[in-house]
This record gives sequence, structure tokens and C-alpha cells, in this order.
Amino acid sequence: MYEIIEGFIEAARLIVTFDPDVMAIAARSIIVSFTATIIATLIAVPFGAVINFGTFPGRKSLINLIQTLYSLPTVIVGLLIFLLISRVGPFGFLRLLFTPTAMIIAQTVLILPIMTGLTISALSGVDPVIRDTLYSLGATRLQFLVNIMKEARFAILTAVAVGFGRAISEVGAAILVGGNIMASSFASSTRTLTTAISLETSMGNIPTSIALGIILLAIALGVNLAITRMQHR
Amino acid sequence: MQRRTLFAVAAVMVAFLLICGCTGTTSDPVSTGTEKQQLRIATTTSLDDTKLLNHLSTIFEKQYNAEVLVVSAGTGKALEYGQRGDVDVLMVHDRAREDTFIADGYGINRRVFAYNYFILVGPESDPAGIKGMEPTKAFAALREKGMAGEPGVTFVSRGDASGTHSKEQAIWKKAGLNYSTDVQGSGDWYLEAGKGMGATLAMANEKQAYTLSDIGTYLAYKGDLDLVTLVDEGDILLNVYCAMQINPEKYPDINSTIAKDWVNFMISDDVQKEIASFGVDKYGQPLFYAAQNDWAKIGVTEAEVTDPIK
Repeated sequence: MYEIIEGFIEAARLIVTFDPDVMAIAARSIIVSFTATIIATLIAVPFGAVINFGTFPGRKSLINLIQTLYSLPTVIVGLLIFLLISRVGPFGFLRLLFTPTAMIIAQTVLILPIMTGLTISALSGVDPVIRDTLYSLGATRLQFLVNIMKEARFAILTAVAVGFGRAISEVGAAILVGGNIMASSFASSTRTLTTAISLETSMGNIPTSIALGIILLAIALGVNLAITRMQHR
Repeated sequence: MQRRTLFAVAAVMVAFLLICGCTGTTSDPVSTGTEKQQLRIATTTSLDDTKLLNHLSTIFEKQYNAEVLVVSAGTGKALEYGQRGDVDVLMVHDRAREDTFIADGYGINRRVFAYNYFILVGPESDPAGIKGMEPTKAFAALREKGMAGEPGVTFVSRGDASGTHSKEQAIWKKAGLNYSTDVQGSGDWYLEAGKGMGATLAMANEKQAYTLSDIGTYLAYKGDLDLVTLVDEGDILLNVYCAMQINPEKYPDINSTIAKDWVNFMISDDVQKEIASFGVDKYGQPLFYAAQNDWAKIGVTEAEVTDPIK
């Protein structure tokens, strides 16, 4: 019990004093996952739109496949990316293993299916009356898309928030392709909130773990709060 | 209303990001403008868990204007990373597998920089009654009591193909046991952690179990542990650390110059002194011994501890 109380007090100190190590880890986590989410958004939204409005053979199966991939295990993504970017792998020449870029790639791959899937749901959930109205008013293809997107913007934002939440809370891929490195420069380090908590706890550095845990929780809950608010609209 | 809350949450997150970003980057060393060389090291966990590597890499970074990236993985994984060409230097402690690695052409220029000893630690009550035994006898007794279901007799193995795990297997073998059939999976008394040394010690402590550790990591963690040293004498417990380069002929674009600098740095007089004194102020005794003058004692050649790589 004493350990827990002491841990929380020390954790509070680390947070309110903006302990440089803790803040750097938190910032790195946010930057990596935020970048992954932006890249995934840029892919998932147009891709989702094509699938939703397109008519092509295998569309149903593709949607099924995407939905199945929602539960893509993080370590499997980590393993896959590791094999691809390790020196002897097909993209080994890029020397990406154990860099933040590798973690961004892994998290992007991880959240692409769920973001694409939620984008499809968001677009298909737009009131058919609006679609019909747009058609009957003679909207061009672009105008049509822009207006549907506008209607679905909150549902799409939800997809983005869900993606970010999954990216920042995963540990399996980050540790495999990042390597949990603490280097002297910010940009070369690959220690994130999740990998640091995993490591520090197993080695008994409880206060640091609790401090990092509180920050991760605050970010995750903040994102969730945003989602809930959006869904209540 | 909801939209306002949404913006508030977003604003808080952006503010946080900015604060983090600022404090994060201010902790960076001032960029000199020139591109720093990066050295990637895969290391056995003990050198990292004890903070020795952190201490030495700070000195190295200043002297060579380089950036050291350390992946702490255990000897088995470190060798695997080396074989795949994902790092420039290995710091490991498993002589037999190092020999194979070098013979296979993946590693070159091995230099021995430090040594210490393995110890068998366990609960103070010592339910298996192995205190002061010779290592192989202690292991045999542990297995016998464990198999017989003696309460409190549990052994936590690293179980991760690390150097320590290798040593453990060697001791089982010397005790006349077949590791994979007589020990591994032979009962609930034998647990495989699959973690680094620090984490394995923490686990053994939780379970009040026995485990094999290098003395350096044990001393560094001793403050948080209730485990005591039970067996610490025997030639088989010798633990020799080396650094080696990954062969640039296998991976031509590897950073071989800085890798060479690192290996030479490890056997330099100054660093040997650093190693010998590391942790003495904090733990009352050194965590590692310098290899420089003890090459005969630890069974390596003089060239391996003193000859810089050309």
C-alpha cells in the first residue's frame, strides 16, 4: 500500500514539475500517434469514400475484410513491419528499424482498417434524402462528395479519434519496431508512454510508471470524451 | 454546447502537446549543426539495467560527437539483430554463441571489456537448503526439491535465450541433466519469464523464488529485493562481457568506423577505470570488473583485452 501512495506522490511531482524525461516520452507518444493518425486519415477517408460510393465486384467482401481487420493484433502488425523493414527484409535498405518512423508506419497500418471501416459507416449513414436532394439539384461529383463529407464530418472525426486512441494505447508494435530506445536526442528515441510503462513496471520503477500512466489515461480519456460528445450531437 | 466542450478538449490537448514539445526539446543537447554519427548497439540487458552503458555512452557521445542508440534485448536477440544487420555493434556475454557468430562471418573484432560473476539468489528462508553449495549441486537440489513439490521451491528462468539463460543451461548440463527434457516444462517449480534480468529479478522477488543473475544487475536492484545471494562460488559462474562489430563485408553500409571507435573505447584505459569504479559509491562494491589486467584469469587472450582494432 505504501508503495502505491508513495508512487502516486512521486508521480504527481514528476507531472507538475514537467520532468523532462516524462514530458519527452509523453510528447513523443503524441507526436508519433498523431502523425500516424493523420497519415491514416489521408488514406482511409478517400479509400472509404471510394468503397462506399463505388460499384465494383467484390465490394461487399472488401468491406467484410476491412471489418475483420478491425481486430488486427498489434504484435502481428509489429512482426509484419519488423520483417519488412529489418535490414535483410525487402525495405531494409531504408534503415528504418528502431526509429520513430517505424513506429509511425506500424501504427498507421494498425489503425487503417478501423478508420476505413468507420469512414464507410459514416458516409453510408448520411441521410438518403440529402443524397437525393444533391442529385436532383444537379450537383457535380465533387460537389456531391464535399457536401456528403460535410454532413458526415462528425462521424468521420469519430473515426479519427478512435484511430488515434488505438494508436497511442498500443504497445506490441511499438516495442518490436521501435526497440524502446532512450537516446540523448529527442528525435532518435523510440520510448513511448506504453513501452516505457511496460518496461519501468517490470523493473520496479513504479513512480515513473504511474506518472506515465496518468498522462496516457488523460489522453485516452480526453479522446474518448471527445468521441462521446460528438456522438451525442 | 457540445461543440464548445469538443474545442475545449482539443485546446487542452494542443496546449499539452506544446508544453511537452518545448520541455522535450529543451532537454536535447544543443545541435552543433554537423550531422551526428549514429551508433546502434544491441546489448545484453545487464549492461543497460545497471546503467553502466548509459554512463559510458554519455562519455562516448561527447568525445566522438556521436549519438548512441541502445536496444536492450538479451544476448540471444542481440545476436539475432546483429545477424540481420540491424545494429552496428553487439555487447554480449555468451562465449560459445559469440564464437559461432564470428565463425559464421557475422561478427568481427571481438574485444573483452569486463567480467563479473553469476550468483544464485533466492528467498532468505532458503526452502531448498542450497546455501553455500557448489553451483551444480545447488541446481540439482533445486530440481529435486522442486519436482518433489517442496513448498516454496520455485525457480524463475530468464527463458529468453539470453547469455544468462545460456549459462543456466550450461549449469543444468554440468549437473548431469538434459535441459529440454529434465528441466524445461518438468513441473510448476520451473518458470520461464521471457524478460530481461531486472524484470526477472523483480518477478522472482514477487514469487519469492530462486533465480540465476549476474551480480551487477542484482546489486543494482538489491534495494528493491528481498532475495539474498545463496551460491556465488564456482568457476562455472564466471561471466565475461565482450563488444564486437558487425562484419561490414556482410553489410557494407553499416557504420563500421564509429563501431570500431566504440569497441576501442571500451578497452581504453580510461573506460576500463570507469568500469572498475562504476557503482562503487552507490553499492559499496563494483558491479563489473575491468578485463584489462585479468585476461589470464578469465580465460581469454591478452590481445582480446588490450589490442585496439586497427
